Amino acid sequence: MTSERRTALYDEHLALHARMVPFGGFSMPVQYAGILKEHAAVRQRAGLFDLSHMGQFILEGDDVAAWADGLAINEVATMKPFQARYNIFCNPEGGAHDDVIFYRLPDRWLLVVNASNADKMWAHLNAQKRGDVRLRSLHGDAALIAIQGPLALSMLQKNVDIDLSAIKYYFCAEARVDGVPVTLARTGYTGEDGFEIFLPGDRAPAIWRALLAAHAGEGLEACGLGARDVLRLEAGMPLYGHEMTEEITPVQAGLTWALKLAKPAFVGKEALARQLEEDTFARIVGLKMGGRVGAREGYPVFAGETRVGEIRSGSIAPAVGNANIATALVDRSAATIGTNLQVEVRGERHDAAVVAMPFYKRPKV
Amino acid sequence: MNIPSDLLYSKEHEWAKIEGDIATIGITDFAQGSLGDITFVELPKVGAKVEQFANVGVIESVKTVSDLYTPLGGEIVEVNSAIDADPAALNNDPYGAGWLIKIKLAEPAQAKALLDAAAYTGIAHD
Repeated sequence: MTSERRTALYDEHLALHARMVPFGGFSMPVQYAGILKEHAAVRQRAGLFDLSHMGQFILEGDDVAAWADGLAINEVATMKPFQARYNIFCNPEGGAHDDVIFYRLPDRWLLVVNASNADKMWAHLNAQKRGDVRLRSLHGDAALIAIQGPLALSMLQKNVDIDLSAIKYYFCAEARVDGVPVTLARTGYTGEDGFEIFLPGDRAPAIWRALLAAHAGEGLEACGLGARDVLRLEAGMPLYGHEMTEEITPVQAGLTWALKLAKPAFVGKEALARQLEEDTFARIVGLKMGGRVGAREGYPVFAGETRVGEIRSGSIAPAVGNANIATALVDRSAATIGTNLQVEVRGERHDAAVVAMPFYKRPKV
Repeated sequence: MNIPSDLLYSKEHEWAKIEGDIATIGITDFAQGSLGDITFVELPKVGAKVEQFANVGVIESVKTVSDLYTPLGGEIVEVNSAIDADPAALNNDPYGAGWLIKIKLAEPAQAKALLDAAAYTGIAHD
C-alpha cells in the first residue's frame, strides 16, 4: 500500500487522467497528455502546474532576517518588501541542505523548500531557532499553482484584480484570483515568464479548474513533473539531489553568484570560501551529446581513458533541437567549455561536448 | 487500452504476430503508455541470432530507459528502420507503424510460452 500524501488538487489530476507517481512524499502527476506535448505548451503558450507538494513555511518575528542571514548563503536582510530571492542552506562542510526561495511579505516571510527536503528543513530551522523567530509550516495544507509560459501573464491577467505587468521578475504581490486572496509571485522553474500562486488548499481546486477552463482555448495545458524536469534542465536550473546535494556544494554547482562572502558569518561560509579559493573542486558542467543516445543520471564520464566524473541529470531537449543534454559533475581539468568528453552508455562510449549553460534561453520580447 | 485479439504477448509487454515462420514483434499499447514519449530505439542488426526472451535492444523515452526483449527466438530478418526518424510511431501506432523487428522463427513451439490477449489483459495494468 502506498502512504503518499495527496495535494489539494489530487482529484483534479485524476479527473485529467494524469499518471500519478510518488514524489517527495506526495502522489504527484508526472504527466497528463505527455511530457513532450506539455513541454511544448509551456515553451509556446502556457502550462499549469500543481506544486503543492513543495514545503511552504511562514517565518515571523523581528529577528527573522538576521537569523536567516546566519544560516543561508545569500542575503536575506537586504531584500525589499515583496521581493523574492533564491537562497541555499548549507551544512558546515558547505554541502547543501536545500535550495529555497524567500519571499518578503509585509508582515511575514514565506520560505518555499523542496518537497523532498521539507521534513529535514523543518527540523533544521526549528533546531536553529533563536530570538524573535516564529515558524509555521503550511506544508501539505497550503497549495501552490504555477502558470508558466509566454502567454502566462496575459492569461492570468484576466483572473486577477491587479496589473501583473507591474510585478517585476522575482517580486510578488498580494492579489485576488477569481476573488480568492493569494500571494502571486513572478517566479518559476521553467525558463519562461510566469507566476506562482500561493493559496489556501481548500480554494485551490476551484482556481485550478477556472484557469484551465478560461484559457484552454488559448492553449493552456495541465503539466506534470516530467515536463517540469525537462524545462528546468534546458533552462540550466539545478535540481536538489542532482546538481546539488549534502555533498555537492553550491560552489561546485556553479551557484557562486548566490554566495555572499561579505556577510559576517553563516553556516558553511569557511568551507565554501576555502573551496572557492583553492579552485580544485569537481564541478557541474553542461554536456551536449553528439548523437541520439541519451545520457542518464549515474552514467560515467571519460576524458580519453580517464574517468573524470558522472552524469547528474539528462534528457532529450526539444528546445535545443532535440539534442540530448545533461549535467555532469566532472574534475576541474575536464570542465572547460568546448572540452570533448565521452559518456559511457550501456558499455559504449559516446561523444559529448562541454557547453555553456543554460542550454535554452527564452527569446527576448 | 488496445490489446488486439489476434496477437500473442509476453509478460515483458511485447507483442508478436506470427505469419508462417516469420514473427513481427513490437511493444504493447500498455508498454508505450508506461514509457511515455519515446525518443530513441536501439534495434539489433539484421542477421543476428537471438534466443527467446533475450535482451535485443533499448527503448529510451523522455523519462526512462527500458530494455527490449524478444518474445520469440530466431534470426532477425528485418528491423523497422523508419523508427529511427520517427520514434513517436511507437506511441502513436504500437501495433502498426511502430513494429520493431521481424524474426525467422527457430522453434515455432516457443509460441506456447506466450500469452493470448485475454491472459495478457490480466497483467497489463500498473
